[in-house]
Parts: sequence; structure tokens; C-alpha cells
Amino acid sequence: MQNSAADAIVTADGKPLKVSLAKALRRQRMFALALVAPLFIFVAISFIIPIADMLFRSVENGIVEEILPQTVKALESWDETSGELPDEAVYAAMVADLKVARKERTNTKVGQRLNYERSGMSSLFRGAGRKASRIKEPPYKEQLIKTDKDWGKVVTWQVIKQFSPNLTPGYYLAAVDAMQTPEGDIRFEDSEKAIHTKLFIRTMIMSVVITLMTLLLGFPIAYLIATQPAKIGNLLIILVLLPFWTSLLVRTTSWIALLQQQGVINDILVFVGIISEDGRLAMIHNATGSVIAMTHILLPFMVLPLYSVMKTVPPTYMRAATSLGAHPWPAFWKVYFPNTVPGIGAGAILVFILAIGYYITPELVGGTSGTFISNRIAFHIQNSLNWGLAAALGAVLLAIVLVFYLLYDKIVGIDNMKLG
Amino acid sequence: MAALPPYASTPERIWYYAFRVICAAVFFFLIFPLMVIVPLSFNAVPFFTFTTEMLAFDPAGYSTKWYMDFFTNLNWQGAVWNSFVIAFFATILSASLGTLAALGLSRPSMPYRTLIMSILISPMIVPLIISAAGMYFFYSRVGLQGTHLGVILAHAALGTPFVVITVTATLVGFDNNLIRAANSLGASPARTFFTVIVPLITPGVISGALFAFITSFDEVVVVLFVGSFEQRTIPWQMFSGIREQISPTILAVATLLTLVSMLMLFALELLRRRTERLRGIKNT
Repeated sequence: MQNSAADAIVTADGKPLKVSLAKALRRQRMFALALVAPLFIFVAISFIIPIADMLFRSVENGIVEEILPQTVKALESWDETSGELPDEAVYAAMVADLKVARKERTNTKVGQRLNYERSGMSSLFRGAGRKASRIKEPPYKEQLIKTDKDWGKVVTWQVIKQFSPNLTPGYYLAAVDAMQTPEGDIRFEDSEKAIHTKLFIRTMIMSVVITLMTLLLGFPIAYLIATQPAKIGNLLIILVLLPFWTSLLVRTTSWIALLQQQGVINDILVFVGIISEDGRLAMIHNATGSVIAMTHILLPFMVLPLYSVMKTVPPTYMRAATSLGAHPWPAFWKVYFPNTVPGIGAGAILVFILAIGYYITPELVGGTSGTFISNRIAFHIQNSLNWGLAAALGAVLLAIVLVFYLLYDKIVGIDNMKLG
Repeated sequence: MAALPPYASTPERIWYYAFRVICAAVFFFLIFPLMVIVPLSFNAVPFFTFTTEMLAFDPAGYSTKWYMDFFTNLNWQGAVWNSFVIAFFATILSASLGTLAALGLSRPSMPYRTLIMSILISPMIVPLIISAAGMYFFYSRVGLQGTHLGVILAHAALGTPFVVITVTATLVGFDNNLIRAANSLGASPARTFFTVIVPLITPGVISGALFAFITSFDEVVVVLFVGSFEQRTIPWQMFSGIREQISPTILAVATLLTLVSMLMLFALELLRRRTERLRGIKNT
């Protein structure tokens, strides 16, 4: 249709058709948006903002400036690379800050924060609160160093100055087992001390193992279900859906009952005589326990996408291949299998995404060798109270998951996600 | 792999039966762990193992005391009450907001559809520990940590993606001519909505709501962080029970929960059949 012709057409109320149509379309768009708006706002407030808040926590570092304002200011003029101690003014500011901090009982807080960066800072500040209040007059420098010789070390001041800005990369560096030296260089921990990298790698490896296990176990049964007549197929799919619908904790509990030293599987093995009474296998509270239990828990997430793809592959393909002279195995491998690849991709990414962020099952059956990065995050939130590090570890995990989520979106499309 | 044809060769026959044995083994792996807890929950001694009395089918080896414990213990009863209250309100919230949003998302005029959809679905994708951590920090800041409202809001957010997905899926096969027919026959928009659209999407809404309910009912990571003892749910209680003192009461609860999930599955299957019948889609 040409523009001039469309302009010429006029609706009943005398407006050009184009204007009228645009208005109607806009109204429809606004109506659709208005329907989505309540949920969007709800998810934004209850979910997106908390996550954003957590991500901010991983770089936030207001505490040093908040508790030691005068010191931070005085340190601005000090050259931390000079290798010399700060001058008297800085010490005076520190003593003044410590006096205030002691009154408000915040000196331990700042010590705790700086202790993440250099051990010994916590006890230094805990003691300093009381000792500094006894220093009434100059020279502050000499007296403060007398209370604790750490005050006479350049590195103490370097750490304070380094972590006085309001934003810090320190938590992220710690999350990948690196730290910034007082000189400003980034130094990685020795490999045996690099617990977080190790844990991330272990989480990835175990997730891959679990994904492969679910594929290995899920492919045959998805194939069987897809090729059975509808009646038997529906019955068999219920056997997959039942564990899917059963509480995660129920399934974890069952595996504890099955795998523990005095558990059902060990009992059977002893009874049959494969292992002796003293040789009971340790299948739980280690990586084996995590892998077995999580394979069972995530298996339905592999079978269901596989099944829905396999159901769409016409059985005539295989018949055509065999009638053209292919042996059953090449017919399967060259004709049927390539058709199931989208299902494998969807199932594998889904299982991998779910596995990499698992917390409950590794916590209960993983012991020390079978824990995931999630357990470390929970540990930092609940026990060590290093929330910044927990947030940074969480951000790294989230980034990994998002990459795979985008991949999933490319392959399957989130619109095509099906449930049950 | 339908049936073995009469002309099948010996290797084909062997593979045919071997494949079935493999599949049977995998099904056994899927179902056995759920079944094994049933007899164990009737154990007379406080262990997770089969005793010799149980294996000999001696009545003395069995007992229902763990079920009695579950029904009389105040910790567990509080957990049951909390579980239902939290799941109920979370479901209402996520089902109503999710259905509205799905109706909007299914309109052809919806702008930025993919972007909005991916944001609405994100609670399902983000690992639970991260959601839990974020909510814990933020909810403590605004005073919702350790309150029923906080847990309900958190669970509602986690449940909405399921409602959005199931209701949108129901609307994919929706025949817009039905609305046009209703309008041309003189029905008002409100009447069209309640007498044409609602009956057709109800199965989708109910199955979405069931998903949302079970999400909240089963959820444990977020409730561990956002909730406290006052908000303990059944999974919360099971989690701390497994960590602290293992008692077969957990197995009794697990058995009951398996029964509940069987009922849920049954309800969903009925709904699925109803949707297909209503939409005139034959079971392929």
C-alpha cells in the first residue's frame, strides 16, 4: 500500500486511518503492558533488587571510611610506596578515631573487615580500642607503636590506605584466590592455598559428571518411553514424574538411608558376601554420595526434554534407513541420534545449570570432598560472616549460570520451556 | 523398538532384551529410593536400617511410633501448619500475578516480549543459594527477615515463573476466533473474559498454581535463610533433623510426602487430559 493512498483514507470520525490505527495499536500495547506490570513490579522488588543489592555488597567497602574518617583523610597525603611510616598527624588522627570507635564499639568491626585482607588486623584493632584511649597527649606516633609494634609496620598502614576507598575489588580478588599487594600488584595464591578456584573447578567437574550420568541413564529410558505405544508410554512417564514431584529432601533422605555405612546397600553387599563386615564402603559424606544422589534427583530433568524431542522423530525414519539396507546400529547412529541432539542439548544444559548451583544435597551427603561452591557461599553468610566475599562468590557463580542460560535460550528458547 | 518382528536376527533379539533389562535397571534406580523409605519408616528402633526382626517379618520389628511422633510433636505440627500457610498465600500471590502477566505476554501487541519474559523467568534460573543470599541481605535490611510475610513474598517470587510458563503454554493453542465469536454475538468484554477465556485457561492456571504450591512446599534453601525457627516448614524441619539427630520420624514424614506427591501427580494428569479434551487435541 502506498503512503499517499493510506493518508487519503479517513475513518468515520474524520481522522486519517494511519493516525487512528497507530493510536489503537498503542492502546493495545499499553493494555498488554498494564497486564504484565503488577508481576513485573513484584518480581523487581522481591527478587531483582535483592540480587542487585547483593551484587553491590561484593564491591561495597564504606566501613573503613565510616569508622576511621580522620585517619583516611590524613592518609591521603601519605605516599604508601615510599616505604616510610606515616607522619605524626596520621597517628594523631588514628588515636582520635579509635577513641570514638571504642565508645561506639565499632573498632572490632573495622578490624574484622581489614582482617579479611591481612590476618592479625582483627586483634590489632581489638586491643587498640582500649590502649588508644590511654594516650592523652602527643607524641602519638611513639606511644601508639609502643602499645603494639604492628602500628610501626608500613604494611599495616598500606592495608588501611588500600581499603579506605568506598568501593573495592578485594572481594572479587579473594573469590578467585588473588589479592592486591600493598604496592598495587595483583598476586595469586599458591595453588594449594587456592581454595575458591579449586572449589569452582570441582563444582564444574562434578556438574559435568552428573550431567553425563543423567544423559547415560536418561537416554535409553527416554527412547523406550518415546517408542512405546501411548498407553505404556504414559505409564512409564509416570515412573519418571513421580521422583520429579517428590520432595528433594525426601529423595536426599532416602539416599542417606541407602548409602550410609550401616545402610541398605552396604547391608545387601555384606549379606551377599561381596564385601566383609569391616570393609563396608564409604559411599556417603564424600563426592560419590553427592554424585549418586544428585544424578537421581536431576535425572527427570534430562529424561523429560529428551522424551519430548524423541516423540517428534517419526518412526518411519528408522524403518526407511533399515529398508535401504542400513544395519540397525548405523541406522540409529546416523539417522535417529542426530534428530535427538536438540533434546540432549536442552537436557544437558538444564541439568548442568541446576547442578552447578545445588546446595541442599551436597550439604547433607557431600561431606568435605563433595561440597559445591554454594556450600562455601552459605558458610560465608552463616558462619564466617564475610558477606562481601559471599556476595562476590555468588556473583561469579551467577555469571557462569547466566552464560549457560543464554546458551539454553539460543538452543531451546525460554519460550519453549515446558514443564512436566 | 515397538515389538520384535518375527524376522529379527539373533543379535537383534539379544539386544532387544538387553535393552529392556537396562531400562528396567534405570527405572529401578529412579523408583527404588522412594520405595525403600516406606518399610524403614515403620522401624521399631531409631535407625535408618533394616533390623533382623524386620527382615524376618516379625511384628515386633515394626512400629508406628514415628508416625505418632510426627502427629503429636509440636515442632512437626508447627512445621506442617507453616508449610501450608506459607505455600497457600505464596500460591495465591504468584497464581494471580502470574496469570495476569501471562495474559499480557500472550497478546500479539506485547512489546519487548523476550526481554520481559526472561526477567520474569529469572527466579527459576538463578541458583537458589544466590536468591537466598540476596533475599537474606535485603530482607534483613527492610525488616522482613524472620517474618512469615518475608518467606511468603520470597516463595511467591520463586513460584511465578511456573505460573507464567504454564498459562502461556495454555494460551499458545488459544483460538482467538472464540473471542471474536463471543463479541459478534453481543457479549461484553467482561462476559467474554469470564465465560470464554476463563474456562479455557483454568487448567493452565491450576497446574501453574500446583507448581507454585509445590515449589513453596518443597523449598528449603530460601526458607533457611529468610525464615527462622518461627517460620520453620516441613523441609526446614527435615533439614535440621538430618543434620542434628537422625530420627526415623523424618522417614515417616518422607513417606507421607511421597503420598502427597502421588496425589499431586494424579491431579495434574487429570488436568492435562481435560485441557486436551477442551482444546480438541487428540493424544498423539
